[in-house]
Amino acid sequence: MGRVNAGAEPTAELERRTVVGNLLAGREGLAVITGLGSPTYDVAAVGDHERNFYLWGAMGGAVATGLGLALARPDLDVLVVTGDGEMLMGMGSLATVAAKAPENLAILVLDNGVYGETGMQPSHTSLGSDLCAIAKGCGIRNSWRVSTQDELEDIRDRFQRRGTVRFLLVRVATEQPERVMPTRDAVENKLRFRMAVDANR
Amino acid sequence: MTVDGWQQGVYDVIKERRIELIGYVPDAGHASLIDNARRDPDIRDVLLTSEEEGIPLCAGAWLGGMRSVLLMQSSGVGNCVNMLSLQRIARIPLVLIVTMRGEYAEFNPWQVPMSSITERVLQLCDFQTYRVDHAEAAGETVAAAIDMAYASNVANAVIFSQQLLGRKKWVE
Repeated sequence: MGRVNAGAEPTAELERRTVVGNLLAGREGLAVITGLGSPTYDVAAVGDHERNFYLWGAMGGAVATGLGLALARPDLDVLVVTGDGEMLMGMGSLATVAAKAPENLAILVLDNGVYGETGMQPSHTSLGSDLCAIAKGCGIRNSWRVSTQDELEDIRDRFQRRGTVRFLLVRVATEQPERVMPTRDAVENKLRFRMAVDANR
Repeated sequence: MTVDGWQQGVYDVIKERRIELIGYVPDAGHASLIDNARRDPDIRDVLLTSEEEGIPLCAGAWLGGMRSVLLMQSSGVGNCVNMLSLQRIARIPLVLIVTMRGEYAEFNPWQVPMSSITERVLQLCDFQTYRVDHAEAAGETVAAAIDMAYASNVANAVIFSQQLLGRKKWVE
């Protein structure tokens, strides 16, 4: 049997949807890109928004999507919300992000240590990998890892303040809240998003 | 025409068509374009660890209204396949400029398995492809690809043949 939650807290107290709601409260102009699976449902559950772009596939592409948007639009604040499995598939993009270090990009990884969509198989973060250390090692100096509400409150302002690229890993409980499904029509989502951010100017 | 000569022509075309972001995994055949992009303060030059990152990178740029192109070698096309679902499902305009290996005076047989299917893979992924064998056609072909991709929200790929690029120099 593989090690589960090795190197991490044996049980995580934070509930993923509470964390996302907390970090999206009062979002104003923030643009949000979601990684496929639970992060897409979490962001939709907090409230559908014309500045959300939801990935339902292209696994590993959430951070690179956020990078492209952040580089194209320095006037926007961009938040990527993804999970440990999606982030593991796109780890190289953390090095790509670090090399450009856009000041308007923040990356939130909800790390429950399992692949929730496919039957709760342990992910590499349950088997010894630390995505926060990887982000730091890629060159994202402002990388933090939290596992309690107090730690989240302590870091929240720094995570949300532009000025440098930021990475936050939050250890969350494995409980899967009810699925809240946003549109799967990517053309509709794209057109709505582009109109909201005035991409046709 | 020298390599630098026609590559400069391609760069001029890219600039004329308001491309502002260039993603790339380095390739010798793209060296001149990459140097130009890195020196140009009006271009976001994005070095990728793997070609597949380029697909969501360009999609994200387009969500914000910015035009881009991706530079890669033929071997990199294989790395992009699943990520191209984002381009296709969201109808994101996408332009690839692909330098071929494994087809002309190739020294390294490991280049052949991917290069022999590169164009067919692109076509399976719904790309319009254009192959360039002569330097004179390079700039105009890139222009055609950019125009079509951005006029119609589709994927276009320009393939620079290995004969166009010349024999790889293994010893400088």
